[in-house]
Amino acid sequence: MSEAAMPLWEVFIRARNGLSHKHAGSIHAADAEMALHAARDVYTRRGEGQSIWVVRSSDIVASDPVDKDMMFEPTASKIYRHPTFYEIPDDVGNM
Amino acid sequence: MYSQGLIGADGQTHEDAAFLAAFQARIDAEQKIEPNDPMPEGYRKTLVRQISQHAHSEIIGMQPEGNWISRAPSLRRKAALLAKVQDEGGHGLYLYSAAETLGVSREEMTEQLLSGAAKYSSIFNYPALTWADIGAIGWLVDGAAIMNQIVLCRCSYGPYARAMIRICKEESFHQRQGYEIMIALCNGSREQKELAQDALNRFWWPSLMMFGPPEGDSVHSNQSMIWKIKRFSNDDLRDKFINASVPQAEKLGLTIPDSDLKWNEAKQGYDHGEIDWDEFWRVVKGDGICNRERLKNRRRVDRDGAWVREAAMAHAQKRADRMASARIAAE
Repeated sequence: MSEAAMPLWEVFIRARNGLSHKHAGSIHAADAEMALHAARDVYTRRGEGQSIWVVRSSDIVASDPVDKDMMFEPTASKIYRHPTFYEIPDDVGNM
Repeated sequence: MYSQGLIGADGQTHEDAAFLAAFQARIDAEQKIEPNDPMPEGYRKTLVRQISQHAHSEIIGMQPEGNWISRAPSLRRKAALLAKVQDEGGHGLYLYSAAETLGVSREEMTEQLLSGAAKYSSIFNYPALTWADIGAIGWLVDGAAIMNQIVLCRCSYGPYARAMIRICKEESFHQRQGYEIMIALCNGSREQKELAQDALNRFWWPSLMMFGPPEGDSVHSNQSMIWKIKRFSNDDLRDKFINASVPQAEKLGLTIPDSDLKWNEAKQGYDHGEIDWDEFWRVVKGDGICNRERLKNRRRVDRDGAWVREAAMAHAQKRADRMASARIAAE
């Protein structure tokens, strides 16, 4: 096969009003409009969506899993970012 | 639907012991492995092979049933069958995308299917001769597929597990529509009931083969279990399927075509007769009833669609060029 490869698109779907778009999968299509149509056919056959985003996979910038510790570990030690870190007398009530 | 076990994978891996141990520790801790995570080459290759075989099975699996869409006996049956076949196509696409996250391209996988290098589930090399076969395929073939796929929802590779969750959600309608067809035939005329029995006779054994050969012969099963790509042995899943299907056949008033089938009180399950694994390997290796026809159709469809893909790419290029020159003119 000497055909040109069809670009890959990532598909994000908003399931219901009020929810954010969530990654559903990917799709091959020649352009954005065709990607939207294909995403609709492939990922929303049972009313799964109210809205679709498609993004070219090559445009996504992702963190490297190798850097995971460097990126995210420091937050684990910052317990003062959580409400339970602070001591408030019980009789103050809900805060 | 489902590709049986794993045919012909090379699960070999060459990384050093520390790397493999660290990877296995993640698997044992039930962590999901994601596309860019470090993974042994054998794990990646096994998954590429299994997921693409699974995807090919969905795509080829559209043929035996697609053959009956225009001859469905009512509009209700036709709409259901059309939706089911469309689902199989969708499932193939989810799975191809999951395989692509492992670094294999869609074009490569398509090429492997068209050239005959890739395998797909042997069940789809059996013909759907009568309308009752559509009932039997939904009931038994999709039933066997669901048995297999439910456990794959917990597969250690994230994209595969997520695709399987979507597929399982959609697939329960497939089995129910098949069983409903069987009920209608079994409540119909004597001839209709005979059609149903004949379909069961032809599809029973090939459905049992869908789970793959017993573990002793399935070389890569063991490594797949250690990597938690699969969670149960082929024989365990096959037994589960038989135990579920026998009462369903009784309910229909049909006889399972296995004279050795009997309840075993001790194991609280059925013992079954010998499966003809020679037939299985014959079909896998290309000598089933429909192997050539299935591939011929697939190649024809790919050829006939080539101009559409080419036109879509040309159209996209033209629009992109036009937008680019408009932008230059505006600057």
